Amino acid sequence: MSKKLIELNNISKSYGSHIVLDEFDLYIKENEFVTLLGPSGCGKTTTLRIIGGFETPDTGNVLFDGTDITNMPPNKRQLNTVFQKYALFTHMNIEDNIAFGLKIKGKSDKYIRDKIEYALRLVNLEGFGKRMPDSLSGGQQQRVAIARAIVNEPKVLLLDEPLGALDLKLRQDMQYELIRLKEELGITFVYVTHDQEEALTMSDTIVVMNQGYIQQIGTPEDIYNEPENAFVADFIGDSNIIDGIMLQDELVMFLGAKFACVDTGFGTNKPVDVVIRPEDVILTPPERGVINGVVTHLIFKGVHYEMEVKAGGYEWLVHSTTMFPVGAEVGIQVDPFNIQIMNKPASEDEEAVPLEE
Amino acid sequence: MRKGHITAMSHIKRIYTALIFIFLYAPIVTLIVLSFNKSKTRAKWGGFTFKWYASLFTNRDIMEALYTTLLIAVLSSAIATVIGVCTCLGLRKMRSGVRTVVLGVTNIPMLNADIVTGISLMLLFLSFGMRFGFGTILLSHITFNIPYVILSVMPRMKNLNVSVYEAALDLGASPFYAFFKVVMPDILPGILSGFLLAFTMSLDDFIITHFTKGAGIDTLSTKIYTEVKKGIKPEMYALSTIIFITVLILLILINRPEKETVNTDKKEPANTSVSSVVIP
Amino acid sequence: MKNRNNLKFMAGPYMVWAIGFILIPLFIMFYFGLTDKNGMTSLANVLSIATPEHSKALSLSISLAVAATVICLLLGYPLAAILAHMKNSSGVIIFVFILPMWMNFLLRTLAWQTLLEKTGVINTALSALHLPTINIINTSHAIVLGMVYNFLPFMVLPLYNSLTKIDENVINAAADLGANAFQTFFKIILPLTVPGIMSGITMVFVPSLTTFVISKLLGGSKILLIGNVIEEQFTQAANWHLGSGLSIILMVFIVINMLITAIFDRDREGSLL
Repeated sequence: MSKKLIELNNISKSYGSHIVLDEFDLYIKENEFVTLLGPSGCGKTTTLRIIGGFETPDTGNVLFDGTDITNMPPNKRQLNTVFQKYALFTHMNIEDNIAFGLKIKGKSDKYIRDKIEYALRLVNLEGFGKRMPDSLSGGQQQRVAIARAIVNEPKVLLLDEPLGALDLKLRQDMQYELIRLKEELGITFVYVTHDQEEALTMSDTIVVMNQGYIQQIGTPEDIYNEPENAFVADFIGDSNIIDGIMLQDELVMFLGAKFACVDTGFGTNKPVDVVIRPEDVILTPPERGVINGVVTHLIFKGVHYEMEVKAGGYEWLVHSTTMFPVGAEVGIQVDPFNIQIMNKPASEDEEAVPLEE
Repeated sequence: MRKGHITAMSHIKRIYTALIFIFLYAPIVTLIVLSFNKSKTRAKWGGFTFKWYASLFTNRDIMEALYTTLLIAVLSSAIATVIGVCTCLGLRKMRSGVRTVVLGVTNIPMLNADIVTGISLMLLFLSFGMRFGFGTILLSHITFNIPYVILSVMPRMKNLNVSVYEAALDLGASPFYAFFKVVMPDILPGILSGFLLAFTMSLDDFIITHFTKGAGIDTLSTKIYTEVKKGIKPEMYALSTIIFITVLILLILINRPEKETVNTDKKEPANTSVSSVVIP
Repeated sequence: MKNRNNLKFMAGPYMVWAIGFILIPLFIMFYFGLTDKNGMTSLANVLSIATPEHSKALSLSISLAVAATVICLLLGYPLAAILAHMKNSSGVIIFVFILPMWMNFLLRTLAWQTLLEKTGVINTALSALHLPTINIINTSHAIVLGMVYNFLPFMVLPLYNSLTKIDENVINAAADLGANAFQTFFKIILPLTVPGIMSGITMVFVPSLTTFVISKLLGGSKILLIGNVIEEQFTQAANWHLGSGLSIILMVFIVINMLITAIFDRDREGSLL
């Protein structure tokens, strides 16, 4: 098991009366691709800036490799950042941008030249060394920003929504690039994004955040298949989130029907949230459904049909390769394994629960 | 330790800003104090008085100069605004080569030294045998005011969304109606700040007026200049104090609501138009 | 207005105006400067700059203008930086820039006489504190002070604009890559504000170089700047040819300044206003 490289202990940060992070704990392991995922204002960027040294937390401390770096200025930290909108030095050419950190550290000319060459090759920008940042496309500027950071051989690379300004196709290409880079460099990536697809594609570990609290930490599969609360379920992909009652272990009732499930340990007759992914809803002829409904909308999406089915007073979102026309009466079945049961938050305030692993 | 360092730094910043303020405002405070000085010479303090404020309004010379100054400022900035806005509208439709040349020429009075502008206009009026007086001052002020209007309105024009105007036409508006209902509100802040800028420039100008005014007419600036040797009439301090305090109060009133609004990055804050009146 | 294609003719009046009141006057000035009283072409007016009296005035003007520009830059940069970091700096900027302009510029400059006189406010205060007094009134030092006082805002505003344009993350990136505060300033912030610096320099240097008012008000009658020499040719000597010839010399400096501005400050609409 690899060791903890960065530890955030009991971090709080507020701007005026606005609390951004509240007693926040997180550790990041060596050589991990960790993504901080959440809607804007959830505290993910602030967390990254605290790790980078651009913000000082009001309380708590930051440990790097066991050393307290809470008050260490950014220029002394062994990590580098790829900023939102790249933050390239527009008055320097690409080479000088990349060499900036190395020159500060007083490396030899030969070392710097080799490093520039290596970095440009790594990000597929050979021959661009003498160009100015303004003359490059967004995707190319992005690569320069990455090259500029990694030539310093940081133990950790922080990336703050680095793909946010790129168009969809480029964003997808860059996702693969980043995974490749991560593998070649063998260092820790801490990545901030609000894009769930990016997070699911690249990460070893995803930290879902909302309103300054961690909602769930887990692998992409965990987060997608077993969201721990309604926020995570709703934020990651489309979901049917339905009020239900856990009648007993492995049996839940919602929308007036009883469904078999695999969850245990919720007690009896306990109100719960039931999460069912749209692709896990099985549409059948009416006589075979656990509950029956009528198709109200139908859209062809390429890989599947997206349908809305009104059943038991709830508009089910359904993804299926089998088409049922609008108005058709259908039955609904769900594989017990695909029903995800979540505790209801005890009150509105605790909707965002600080979560210990 | 880092916190202590930060507060020390912010103290230095505050002291520095305060010193610059003292530097910029010491003469102004001096003038205000002088306006209450019983003694006629500015060299010594002869006790407190309001009498200059009373005699100011009976001083025909000063009142006449004030009238001329304000009339020139209002007329020249208004005419410059009309010409400037028309020019901006026209320039949009012109080839970019012509536009560059016109804007280049427009830059000349702004970058040129006032003394050169003043001299060249004086020589123009001389060469064409024009009589120096109100007319030549007005023509000169219009000339140096138009560029301020163009440079205030032009950036707004660039951001103007043509399809909004076309949408208005599409919905049945006449071009005239569409212009005043759709285009005008967009460029109005630029027009307003251009007008105010031109007005301030005209009011504050001495050098160009000095060369183009001829005998027998004075603005406040040229009046003060002729008084320098004989000694400035204390009523002049009183008048300046009144103008200054009036503008101070107006600025405070205009700027008060803005302090409450949150500074958003995307929306250009309204005060850019105010602070754009700042600089000649 | 009804015909949209005719819109371009709306720029017509100004084009006529600009030719009549901007280009032709300059042309006339050049004509006067390059001819003598009999209308014969002559370089004498321009070359008279070589006479000891004129060249002394010009070199004094240049050195005072350079001094004023350097002082403005050194005083103005920190102020612009402080303002750029302030949250609601717009109010402060108005008080720094707009408000003083509404007190007449001649009166404001004259007030320095009262402040600087041997028995003036500053010296009274200094001697009360048992500090040495300063006697700079009617010297070139007082003229430089007057230039700095009048033109400092022209330096601060373009600097302020170029400083606020720098993305905060660019400065963070420099720190992130190991630069300390000094390195960040000299390698990143200073180079990125070069357009503002150049624009500030031109906006202080030109009026300083060409002033005749400040030298008259604060320099006593003994100190002649090139501006005073030219002004006298027009208001007293009535030698328009000589005055125009010397103005052509000034134009050389101004044109150099314009070119510098054009090179460094591509979007000057923003920085000027």
